[in-house]
Amino acid sequence: MKALKCRECGREYPLTATHVCEFDFGPLEVAYDYDRIKKSMTRAAIQSRPKSMWRYRELLPVAKDPTVGLQAGFTPLIKADRLAKKLGIRELWIKNDAVNYPTLSFKDRVVSVALSRSRELGFDTVACASTGNLANSVAAQAASAGLKSYVFIPSDLEQGKILNSLVYGAHVIGIKGHYDEVNRLCAEIAGKFGWAFVNVNMRPYYAEGSKSMAYEIAEQFGWRIPRHTVVPMASGSLLTKIQKGYQEFIKLGLAAESKYAVHGAQATGCSPISVAQKAGLDFFKPVKPNTIAKSLAIGTPADGFYALRVMRDTGAAADDVTDDEIRDAIKLLAETEGIFAETAGGVTVGVARKLIASGKIPRDDSAVLCITGNGLKTLDAVDGYVGKPREIKPSLREFEALLASEQKINA
Amino acid sequence: MSKKVRIPTPLRKLTNNEELVEVNAATVGEAIIELQTRFPGIQERLVDEKGEVRRFVNVYVNEEDIRFLKNKQTPLKDGDEISIIPAIAGG
Repeated sequence: MKALKCRECGREYPLTATHVCEFDFGPLEVAYDYDRIKKSMTRAAIQSRPKSMWRYRELLPVAKDPTVGLQAGFTPLIKADRLAKKLGIRELWIKNDAVNYPTLSFKDRVVSVALSRSRELGFDTVACASTGNLANSVAAQAASAGLKSYVFIPSDLEQGKILNSLVYGAHVIGIKGHYDEVNRLCAEIAGKFGWAFVNVNMRPYYAEGSKSMAYEIAEQFGWRIPRHTVVPMASGSLLTKIQKGYQEFIKLGLAAESKYAVHGAQATGCSPISVAQKAGLDFFKPVKPNTIAKSLAIGTPADGFYALRVMRDTGAAADDVTDDEIRDAIKLLAETEGIFAETAGGVTVGVARKLIASGKIPRDDSAVLCITGNGLKTLDAVDGYVGKPREIKPSLREFEALLASEQKINA
Repeated sequence: MSKKVRIPTPLRKLTNNEELVEVNAATVGEAIIELQTRFPGIQERLVDEKGEVRRFVNVYVNEEDIRFLKNKQTPLKDGDEISIIPAIAGG
């Protein structure tokens, strides 16, 4: 790490807990000394390190050895032949962060970085504004690190995500409003209490954790950048960091330079970025979210402008899917690959299906889909849509009758 | 009664650390101009060269984003509270 730098005007700031340029409110981003990193970060060096996101340590914003989330990351990259066949594409891969450690979402990456850095900066209380997954990870990882935590969530979140924060002893505050309102409140709280708010004043560090997903994809893909990557968009941050990760690997000579596109996926009920992309605009109009994909329900996406720019620069597309399409896609992924993704995963698979069907991802190409969260946390979304178990008495005769009637139906 | 503007941390250096500032303006746009006369330099932080609210600045009147209202033309009445908040990341 060299400094924090404004993405808009380039002004530099010291590496403290601060996230906004004082001059134009532009987001601050961590700047690195790539010439120095190039010397120690070779493929061989990376391969000799533990299988976690921290094998790419030089490119993650901590000053010393990380102390929180040492096991996060290095999730499986799965060749999804059965799903590829259904979607009609030559080759398909799933980057499966639904099994990330410890809380089953890609947020374990960003929180590992944010809390390690928070400790370096001397904080004893951490906090976040969250649509659920981030709250889960902050609560769990703060507990394991012995930090106090406050998590702020919309009060109408899925039960699974609420319990998944409470169980760790976090202070869970439900806000009567949608995420953008939680966000606004947290921006006001963050300045006041001297806490490390992972996605407010710690955001420059936090957001960098997402890059590790891109490094892993490239390494697991044989030190290559996939031609197409499909990423779900809430604030748009993950999409921009995936592209940054690919770029850094090319810059450091860890992957060969090749043409790649990073496509964005949203839910139709909250699609400010995909609507703008489809209309060819470089700005978006905020919306009020209404979708079952609550983890993506951000109507005022902070990185929307940058996500649009990345899609334009990489020749990528965006699209969005309805609640029914999301449920269908969750089922399709589960039935073909045995992976149960949360609603955001349904969004990614559903949009990939659309982009392949429309030729925006050509059928003879190869694509990686980023699955960012686990279906066990959004059971409410599929309850009533995946059938019910049929009940019988513990009797062989009843089972045989059931089987016979089933075969009749299938015949 | 007048209207109150809640000043975000990054701008408090300009307002001598005042967190809550009273204004008499009739619209959001006028409120920004009024702030500028009292705290020189604050306007350029909030609006760009074309006079539009900067894209990373979110302005709320009574908790509603002015982009859902009438942007800078959003009218203000006594007792209204304006918040100026930097865009923040996802969660």
